[in-house]
Amino acid sequence: MIYNREAFLERIARKLGRPRISEPVKRPSHWKHGPQWRTLAGATPEELLSVFERQCRMIHTDVRRTESSSLPDVLLETIRSYDGKSVICSDDPRFAEFGLSSLFATQDNPYGLDVHIWNPEKGKINIERAEQADVGIAISDITLAESGTVVLMSGGGKGRSVSLLPRYFIAIVPLSTLVPRMTQAARMIRERIERGEAIPSSVNFISGPSNSADIEMNLVVGVHGPVKATCIVVTDR
Amino acid sequence: MGIQFGDVVFYRRVDKGIRDQFMRSAVRAAQERMRTSRLRAAEELGDWEEWRRLGEEIRRHTLEHLDYYLEQLSDRVHALGGHVFFAQTAEEATSYIRDVVQKRDARRIVKSKSMVTEEISLNDVLEAIGCRVVETDLGEYILQVDDHDPPSHIVGPSVHKDRERIRRVFAEKLGYTGSAEPEEMTAFVRQQLRPDFLTAEVGITGCNFAVAESGTVCLVTNEGNGRLVTSLPPVHIAVMGMERIVPTWEELEVMVGLLCRSAVGQKLTSYINCLTGPKAAGDVDGPEEFHLVIIDNGRSDILGTEFQSVLQCIRCGACLNVCPVYRHIGGQAYGSIYSGPIGAVLSPLLGGEDLYRELPYASSLCAACTEACPVNIPLHDLLIRHRQKTAEEKRQSPLGERLAMKAFGMVAESPRLYRWGTKLARTALLPWEEDGVIRQGPGPLQPWTSIRDLPSPERETFREWFENRRKRGERP
Ligand code: SF4
Repeated sequence: MIYNREAFLERIARKLGRPRISEPVKRPSHWKHGPQWRTLAGATPEELLSVFERQCRMIHTDVRRTESSSLPDVLLETIRSYDGKSVICSDDPRFAEFGLSSLFATQDNPYGLDVHIWNPEKGKINIERAEQADVGIAISDITLAESGTVVLMSGGGKGRSVSLLPRYFIAIVPLSTLVPRMTQAARMIRERIERGEAIPSSVNFISGPSNSADIEMNLVVGVHGPVKATCIVVTDR
Repeated sequence: MGIQFGDVVFYRRVDKGIRDQFMRSAVRAAQERMRTSRLRAAEELGDWEEWRRLGEEIRRHTLEHLDYYLEQLSDRVHALGGHVFFAQTAEEATSYIRDVVQKRDARRIVKSKSMVTEEISLNDVLEAIGCRVVETDLGEYILQVDDHDPPSHIVGPSVHKDRERIRRVFAEKLGYTGSAEPEEMTAFVRQQLRPDFLTAEVGITGCNFAVAESGTVCLVTNEGNGRLVTSLPPVHIAVMGMERIVPTWEELEVMVGLLCRSAVGQKLTSYINCLTGPKAAGDVDGPEEFHLVIIDNGRSDILGTEFQSVLQCIRCGACLNVCPVYRHIGGQAYGSIYSGPIGAVLSPLLGGEDLYRELPYASSLCAACTEACPVNIPLHDLLIRHRQKTAEEKRQSPLGERLAMKAFGMVAESPRLYRWGTKLARTALLPWEEDGVIRQGPGPLQPWTSIRDLPSPERETFREWFENRRKRGERP
């Protein structure tokens, strides 16, 4: 439902001293050439990666780099460094592509992990498991070098709580997802809109662990969300 | 709480601010820190002036076409299965939200920081029908637990409190037994709030920006409480000032970048959460019901006036962090949830001129705020316009001036000072001037300049102010 719209918008038009606009408004075209497009323009993937790594450290996020062949080892090591026993991960076909199926076996896990894979059919149980899990693991959909950000698109097996409720968060970052900054991510999302596609109900730009500076301006991590975060960059091309 | 808090008049608030030593040094330190990180962030970005022009252009364009973009936004949200309520007044907004809450028979509500819900006194309305409303932003939470102490900064509402004070409040009100270490207190709050997030029936947030083209609401936080509030409860109500809108994701991106850098000096804050409608089919977490409440509450009266540009504001707080007056008196002295230079411009427009007539005088007109603003709002010009308007409209001496005069004890007991004022000339004050501002005024000016930096006569209306009073033969 939309309530009280007409009078509200009429009033705005009147105050602006003109009639209501009925034709679609064109965005000024010179915005296309704003400064946002110049940042890291023309950087190679390798250069973007080093910007990303440097920025992650600035925002208290650990970064590891690996080839896809050793991703399972690196991931397991990271989980163990967090003393992680219970793990929740999103249901993302890319986990299998990266050879992580045995690591994420939910029955008789060979590594002794208690693993839950987000499953929409199980409803609220997913949220309970996320709340109890030590570690949440998701794969970045778009990764922003400049700000050390992973972008997670929700939907189906990709629950919002995976990156939110567990104490630790691990993001797997395929190198191919790396772009200079938020500008490119916004452009990609907009292209989907222009094609008439639905966009996810939640798009999260995550840069480092949850933190706050509300007590005497001291930075404290983990006030509500994850206390620590790691990005594992994996070469996939 | 409403836009206004406290009933003390301006000078008492100022006085209290000045006497509170801790507050003053805490505010100064916070201000310094935020200012420095903002400058560093702007420098890293490069081409800062071009960025600001882009930000200004986007905000102006959106305001000029506000009816169009709001129509587009509401159509999108509706198409996604959300509800949109246009509220002309605070009462309309709060009664709609109350109805939504009552229909769900909801009792437990979690909120993430939102100034516009403060502006419409939403918590009072919900508490009156028996709801428990929990502020989940750590700074807001501290204020709420401390008997609803008013905020002192737009971005860091509790910067005026030291850790010991916070520990005491937690101990008294919540039975906290730990130390005054920020880590320990934060961990305690985490434990306190988790059950609230998990059991709340309604989550309420503000809206940093809404995207017209896609019907998206964007929340910018560091703590992640905005994510919890919008992921776990079955109902999400987002409340936005009608001007907080951008055309598409491409402008969203620019504005979010400007906001993060200007507010906290980060490239992006930890969480930028973009929510489009209620949860989709197949989603487990996320609200099943989504409401967007779009609020006018005095904003449309600013459109088409000389103050229109104030609606470009993105609430980054950068203007507070450079303001010498804010540094001296602290945010609470403004008596409004909107403090600092932006508060001095906005509060009289939204909260009523009578209530806030004196605020535009709480400025040294040094223009630092204008220079800091990421969307080029000419704040100090607007402050001067406020003063001119007040002076023109009121034949008798404006209340604000009278209060200010009394407040600083300048005139009543000091005919000598009165004469000083009337004869003030730039040359006479030159020795005390620094960057066009008189920092330590001579003799009789001291009570004034020890509180605020007095602008040089040629740049300010201080002299005219005395002059006019003299002409009218007015006694304070
Ligand atoms: S007026 Fe400008 S500097 Fe002040 S809060 Fe608004 S956007 Fe930020």
